[in-house]
Amino acid sequence: MEFKHRHLLGIQHLDVSDIVTILDTAESLAEISKREVKKVPTLRGKIIVNLFFEPSTRTRSSFELAAKRLSADIINFSQQTSSVVKGEALKDTVLNLEAMNPDALIIRHSCSGASYFVSTFCRSHVVNAGDGSHEHPTQALLDAFTIRQQKKSFKNLKVVIVGDILHSRVARSNVFLLQKVGAQVTLVGPPPLLPVEFKNFGVEISYDLDRALEAADVIMVLRIQKERQKTNFFPSTREYRSLYCLTEQRYRLANKDAIIMHPGPINRGVEISSEMADSVKSVILKQVENGISIRMAVLYLLLGGKERETAD
Amino acid sequence: MRLLIKNGRVVDPSSGTDETLDILVEKGKIVDLKAKIEAEDLRVVDASRLVVVPGFIDLHAHLREPGQEDKEDIYTASLAAAKGGFTSLCAMPNTNPANDNRGVTEYILSEAKKRALVNIFPIAAITKNLQGEELTDMADLVTAGAVAFSDDGRCIQSSQVMRRALEYSNFLQTLIIDHCEDFSLSQEGLMHEGFSSHLFGLKGIPASAEDVMVARDIILAEAARARVHIAHLSTRGAAYLVREAKKRKIRVTAEVTPHHLILADSSLENYDTNLKVNPPLRSQDDIKALFEAVKDGVVDVFATDHAPHTIEEKDVEFDRAPFGIDGLETAVSLILDKLVSKNIISLSRFIEMFSTKPAQILGLKDKGRIAAGADADLTILNLHKEVVVDVAKFVSKSRNNPFHGWKLKGSPTMTIIAGNVVYPF
Amino acid sequence: MEEKIKARVMDAGKIKRALYRMTTEILERNRNLKNLVVIGIRTRGIYLGKRISQLIKEFEKVDIPVGVLDITLYRDDFAELETQHMVQKTEIDFPLSKKDVLLVDDVLFTGRTIRAAMDSLFDLGRPESIQLLVLIDRGHRELPIRADYTGKVLPTSRREVVQVRLTEVDENDEVLITEPAELK
Repeated sequence: MEFKHRHLLGIQHLDVSDIVTILDTAESLAEISKREVKKVPTLRGKIIVNLFFEPSTRTRSSFELAAKRLSADIINFSQQTSSVVKGEALKDTVLNLEAMNPDALIIRHSCSGASYFVSTFCRSHVVNAGDGSHEHPTQALLDAFTIRQQKKSFKNLKVVIVGDILHSRVARSNVFLLQKVGAQVTLVGPPPLLPVEFKNFGVEISYDLDRALEAADVIMVLRIQKERQKTNFFPSTREYRSLYCLTEQRYRLANKDAIIMHPGPINRGVEISSEMADSVKSVILKQVENGISIRMAVLYLLLGGKERETAD
Repeated sequence: MRLLIKNGRVVDPSSGTDETLDILVEKGKIVDLKAKIEAEDLRVVDASRLVVVPGFIDLHAHLREPGQEDKEDIYTASLAAAKGGFTSLCAMPNTNPANDNRGVTEYILSEAKKRALVNIFPIAAITKNLQGEELTDMADLVTAGAVAFSDDGRCIQSSQVMRRALEYSNFLQTLIIDHCEDFSLSQEGLMHEGFSSHLFGLKGIPASAEDVMVARDIILAEAARARVHIAHLSTRGAAYLVREAKKRKIRVTAEVTPHHLILADSSLENYDTNLKVNPPLRSQDDIKALFEAVKDGVVDVFATDHAPHTIEEKDVEFDRAPFGIDGLETAVSLILDKLVSKNIISLSRFIEMFSTKPAQILGLKDKGRIAAGADADLTILNLHKEVVVDVAKFVSKSRNNPFHGWKLKGSPTMTIIAGNVVYPF
Repeated sequence: MEEKIKARVMDAGKIKRALYRMTTEILERNRNLKNLVVIGIRTRGIYLGKRISQLIKEFEKVDIPVGVLDITLYRDDFAELETQHMVQKTEIDFPLSKKDVLLVDDVLFTGRTIRAAMDSLFDLGRPESIQLLVLIDRGHRELPIRADYTGKVLPTSRREVVQVRLTEVDENDEVLITEPAELK
């Protein structure tokens, strides 16, 4: 087993064996979070920088916890407190940070391709924590981990992803990953948020949630941003809710043991009803827990061991 | 200053000439053109095995002076033009201040006279400060020396304003050039909207943003019985509209850039900002339609839309980079390699699109042709020379050219303006 | 790299008798069997540990729980490893605090694995005591670590490799000394 990548920029760069390695490693590391002393010394002395140019408490603290569980030192750098507000370019910000010799940079940025851009000139390992509408690889990995825990196998599993697909990096990363592992994905949303070209990703698309939910094993609900309504991507929250909200009634159209997922934060009563968010079939909180194990696995695989010649 | 160009294969579509001839130049004009000219006391250029054509004219370039001289200025743009085989350049008005008044037009012309190696023709703004609301003093600008009018990237959104502009320009017998873009559809888009933009997670600019305005301009031009020139045509839809309009004898002309013919949206997978341009690089299907349009005459001219930017401005994350591709030093070689040497268009059509037609469109009667009495603006091409594009050797200030490292067959080797050899430098 | 088998120092029979002897030693020393737990170090330490627990059950009819310890995350040579080691699960379903831990591994060499194992155990709980059982002690200690119960002391040269094979994962029960083949 060898994780040959220098960075984690996206699911697109990973093959199935990479994905399985990450999931298996996360499974082994999960136990650490259950101990009383939730720490192992593995990445002691390594410096990890959280470079978040978009506000995010959950992903950032998830990475922070993951780093700390492995005994790494972590520095948080967020947009509000940063020199970026003063107009410093991303490249300069990163080069300045590199002068402090970090081992890894975890980057979340509103521009698609930002983490790839940084990886072209920085020395540290880069982990993409979300770049614009492009990819959010650790989210897709923790989603896959959660699905594997519940369903054991991906082959021919029917996964429905519903919401603002057009703007969602979570949707894209999940589509890439689930495709690679043999699941059957159906994307659902109102037409302005679900361009027909998405069919070329090897998935089904549908504008009818009720129809799409038939025989679904996994229902992944995405957050709908109210701002999209102002630019006419959908007429109103009320209309969105009536057509696309995951209610109990709709849930019954799916397979009996279908699990409900959501990357958070949830808009209760908009894309998902409160009862469904809190139901026993919802694994939303498990996703959060698994996020730490997956992020520990990613940091371990990238930073563990000698600096080797890597494929990228 | 007398100059004799000997033994070149002279190709001039305007007269149908394609034979080996000598050309005698005196006092900036062509004085004689025949098989063997004997003359003394002059400079002789040996054009054996080379092709001599009427000097190339670029209808669409950004010289960035006044106001943005860190990106380019009149002098360096003219160096790039000369090296690229161009004898005349049209300067777009989106400078700072914008060229919306006589003062700026005269400034450009006087600086050009002092410092430029090639002919510079200012294109003035249609509306004041490119705001899209009030027309500029177009008659005044024409007398000051403007050869055409455009708001370029700030496409006039109000059909009413565009209508008035076309009516007025028609009265003045001058030309409106439109960069067709409906902002409500293109809206902060970064690349062509299609499968690639969805794959890369980049906001898309749909083809309809261009097509809607092309349709509008054609309809308004027809109603005003005016001319209109569509800048950098890039979509199948727009090509179709222009083709239908020409069939109905509407006075519309169109240009296309080398990058829109050669690069597709899929090439943006590494978020290379040197590929960020407006209109964006389109799909393979659009490119196919553009090739058809070039072949059947729907597209009249090639233009570079030379858009220089500083290295720092382009060395950023994709969203933040300005739109624009540098083009003067590579345009001619790119078309020679990708279209002429592949027999997609003939050499004659190539020259027509770079010289004859641009001169006609701009009403430059003494340019775009090789004949006694015409201006001695000549481009000499070596069709067999292989060049490797090296941005480090560019004479433009900018380096935002995506063709670095490309091997191209065919290149300009000499540029002559008013009888002076300005390139090689 | 190819390896040559230099010697077969233990066969199934010898292994069996060693385990029996060590079990009796364990029972001699540990009066309160109810407080004893076995922790096997991946990979072959697990099977040896299970065999010991099984033997104790046969002799004294007491169930001794067996846990599995993966020490990859505690290695001190982490930053120098040429290839990454796959992290496997540590599975210890019982509390360690106040227990007498019998740590089991197949080969005791430099002592670093045992050091890592002890660090890990202390992160998991506070054992009352830790005793070490190894099948083979091959010398070359780099740390002040010693085994309480040793199957066989085997002097070796550094170049040699000691391989313990167990039927749970290999073809036979045996202990081999091998050497990397001469480089051509």
